[in-house]
Amino acid sequence: MSAVDWTRRTAADLADALASGEVTSVELTQAHLDRIAAVDGDATAGVHAFLHVDAEGALATARESDERRAAGNPLHPLDGVPIAVKDVVVTEGMPTTAGSKILEGWVPPYDATVVRRIKAAGLPILGKTNMDEFAMGSSTEHSAYGPTRNPWDQTRIPGGSGGGSAAAVAAYEAPLAIGTDTGGSIRQPGAVTGTVGVKPTYGAVSRYGLIALANSLDQAGPVTRTVLDAALLQELIGGHDPLDSTSVDQELPSLVDAARQGASGDLSGVRIGVVTEMSGEGWQPGVMARFQESVDLLVKAGAEVVEVSCPTFVHALATYYLILPAECSSNLAKFDAMRYGLRVVPEGNPSAEDVMKATRDAGFGDEVKRRIILGTYALSSGYYDAYYGQAQKVRTLISRDFEAAFDKVDVLVSPTAPTTAFELGEKLDDPLAMYLNDLATIPANLAGVPGISVPAGLADEDGLPVGFQVLAPALADDRCYRVGAALEALLAAEWGGPLLDKAPDLDKLDHREGDR
Amino acid sequence: MPEISRDEVAHLADLARIDLDDAELDHLAPQLAVILESVASIRGVAGDDVPPTSHPIPLTNVFREDVVTPSLTAEQALSGAPASEDGRFSVPRILGDEQ
Repeated sequence: MSAVDWTRRTAADLADALASGEVTSVELTQAHLDRIAAVDGDATAGVHAFLHVDAEGALATARESDERRAAGNPLHPLDGVPIAVKDVVVTEGMPTTAGSKILEGWVPPYDATVVRRIKAAGLPILGKTNMDEFAMGSSTEHSAYGPTRNPWDQTRIPGGSGGGSAAAVAAYEAPLAIGTDTGGSIRQPGAVTGTVGVKPTYGAVSRYGLIALANSLDQAGPVTRTVLDAALLQELIGGHDPLDSTSVDQELPSLVDAARQGASGDLSGVRIGVVTEMSGEGWQPGVMARFQESVDLLVKAGAEVVEVSCPTFVHALATYYLILPAECSSNLAKFDAMRYGLRVVPEGNPSAEDVMKATRDAGFGDEVKRRIILGTYALSSGYYDAYYGQAQKVRTLISRDFEAAFDKVDVLVSPTAPTTAFELGEKLDDPLAMYLNDLATIPANLAGVPGISVPAGLADEDGLPVGFQVLAPALADDRCYRVGAALEALLAAEWGGPLLDKAPDLDKLDHREGDR
Repeated sequence: MPEISRDEVAHLADLARIDLDDAELDHLAPQLAVILESVASIRGVAGDDVPPTSHPIPLTNVFREDVVTPSLTAEQALSGAPASEDGRFSVPRILGDEQ
C-alpha cells in the first residue's frame, strides 16, 4: 500500500499527477482495481457497483498509456485515468447485459461512440457498472444481477437506473464513470450518493451504441465526484457523431472554462429561477432545507433569484410514463431470441413465435414487462390519440414552459429528487411510488435541455445526501457547469471539504476469487 | 376512468410476445391498472391546437454521402446468435401456426 491513496483524488488531480510523472497509469489503475476487490463484493454483500471487472484489459491499456507518457505523446489530458462504463453502453469484447438476463453473456462486436472516444483518449476501462434492467428504474433494484448498495448506507438504494456508476465513484472505485439519463438516471443517483451527475443537452453526446430505452429521451453523460471532472469528461465524450442522426452538429461553449469560472464563486449577473412546482407535498423537509440554504448561498454569490412557475410540469410524470413505455415497447421488440441474447425453446415442436414468447417471459424482469405492456396499450388503436398522442402534445407544453422560463432567467433550479435514498425493497413492488423519484428530473428529458446534480449536504432526518439540480436551455450546458461549480465551491468552503468526506468508511470484504 | 382487465393484459402481452403465466397476470394486471389510472390525468391537458412533439430538438432529415463504409463482418454479426448455420442466423420453424 503506497502512502498516497490515489483513489481519493479527483480525475483532474490524477491527470496532473500523470503529467508530472508523480504516478503511473498502472499504479492508478491497480489502486482502483484493489479498491474494487476490497469493497465491491457481489450480489449478496458489498457495494456491488460492478457487473464485470476487466482487470487485465484495464492494466494493458494503462501500460500502453504509460509508454505514451514516457515517450511524451499522451493522447489526451485524461490519458491513463481509469473509468467505469454503465452496462447499457456497448463495449467490443467486454460483456454488456444492460442489467438483463436476456443479454447474459453477450459480448458486443462493436464499440459505442462514447467508448470509442474513451479508448481513443487512452483511458483504461475498469469494467461495466450495474443498473436497473434496460435502465428502467430509480433504485438499481431492477437489475437481474442483484442491487447495488448505497455507499452511505448499504441498506439503502443508490438511485437508478445508473446506481452502479454513481456508487462506483462515491465508493472511490473509479474517479470517472459513464451514465445514461432517460428520466433522471444520471442525476438522481448522483443526488442520493453525494456525487455529481450531468445530463447533457439531448444530442450533445452520441447515442450510437447505447442500448436504447427511449430514443427521444436517452442521453449519455458524465458521473463524477466534482463538477470540473464532469466538464472534462463531457468534453471528451461529446461532440457531433455522424453515426447518430440525432447528434447535435454544433459546438458547445467550453464546459471546462465554465466550471473553472464558476469555481471562483462569483455569480454576479446570473439570473436563477426557483421552480414553484418542484416543492410542496411529498418533498422531504430535510431535502427542502438543504435546497433553500444552497439558494441562499447563490444569492450571496451575486445571483439574482426569482420564483418561476412552470405550470405544465405537474403533468410531466404522466407524459413521461406514456412516451417512455411507447418507445421502449418498440425498442425492446428487437430482443426476439433470433440474432443475439437468450433463446428459450419450449418443449414440443415450437414455432419461432413460441420461442420468442418463452424467451421474453424468461429473459425480462417485472418492470420491463410492465412498461412493454403499458407501451403496447398506449400505442394500440383506439387508445393512441387519448394516450400517446395526448402525451406528445403535453410534451410541447412542457417545452413551452421551459422557453417562457428561460426568457426570464438563465437557469432553473430545484432539488434533484424529492427524497433522500430510501430502503432497499421499500418501493420495489409499488411502481407508482418508484416513479415519483423522477418528478424533478423528467421535465429536462422531455424538453431535451441539460441538467446537473451537485451535492447540497445531508438531510437532518437521516444524514443522507441531498442533490441540487440546475437546468439550462438546450446547448447552454456551460451554464449548468458554471452554477454547479459555484455552489460546489461555496459549500466546500462551508464544510471544509467535499461532502463525500463525511461518508462512512466501507468495510473491507474478504477477497473473493472469481470470474467477475 | 380507464380500466384494464386481466384479459386485456393477457391480450397485450400476447401482442408484445411475452408468455405471461397466470401468476404473473394476477400480479401485473392490478399494477398496470394503477399506473394507467395515474397517467390518464393528462387527458384534456392539451387542446387540439397544440402540435405534438416527437423529438425534443428540432431536426430536419439527416443524410450521409452514399458511399460504402466499413461495417460488421458476417462472422461478427453472427457472434452473439443463439444458433447459426452456413453464415446465417438459424431460427425455429416460422410456418405451421394457426394464425
